[in-house]
Amino acid sequence: MKWLRRSSSDPLWKEEFSVRTADERYVTRRQLTKFLVLTSFGMFVGNLWILVRSIFLKAPSYPQQVVAREGDIPIGGVKLFTFPTKDDHCILVRTSENEHVAFSQKCTHLSCAVYFSRENNRLECPCHKGFFSVADGSVLQGPPSRPLPKIVLESHDGQLVAVGIKTS
Amino acid sequence: MTMPSNVDLPPKTRGLTAIAGAMSLIAVLLIVQIWLLSAALESFLSGKHNTALPAAIFSGIMFLICVGLYLFVDRVDSDVRHSAGDH
Repeated sequence: MKWLRRSSSDPLWKEEFSVRTADERYVTRRQLTKFLVLTSFGMFVGNLWILVRSIFLKAPSYPQQVVAREGDIPIGGVKLFTFPTKDDHCILVRTSENEHVAFSQKCTHLSCAVYFSRENNRLECPCHKGFFSVADGSVLQGPPSRPLPKIVLESHDGQLVAVGIKTS
Repeated sequence: MTMPSNVDLPPKTRGLTAIAGAMSLIAVLLIVQIWLLSAALESFLSGKHNTALPAAIFSGIMFLICVGLYLFVDRVDSDVRHSAGDH
């Protein structure tokens, strides 16, 4: 009955499932390395996409839109309007006798609507206390990392006309 | 009692150590690449387009390093397999 005896002293399951743990670890690590390198390639492609968009980005054209008459708003007063589309809400502030400024009303943090605080002379976001300078839209305090987009205004025949948007 | 030197270790263990080291380096590079992509995107959305080129160049360099490390892992793996086959 010698032929019935198995040649190896290993248990039967070890002979039938001959994939060793070390070999399996080898395979999974190699596959994970490949996956990581492919992810790295994806990141590179993403950066290339941003580069291509930066190079070929056309300057957007905006319609000219009358926002208000120059004497309509009192000093320190505001007027809300939409520009360039009906969904883009903006805020116009008369800061002095001859100066008007306008910004997008959408906070650059999480898109809450900012309002003008006359006491503090700044634009404030009520959601997370992000404060913006009324002079240029720059961030004074809070979580927003980017300034408010500024609406470019021109004066034509006593009328304030929005002609563009300056993003930085 | 002394620690075994690298030469004393079996080739498979040495191979696994080398692969683990290479994988760690790739993971670190990947984290930097993710940060680079998010920073470039943030900059692009805020209207600053001059950061896109250096970000793409550095990301490309890191990708090439990752490819190099992968080739290293592949070579170590085949070396270990050959040596295991010899024994």
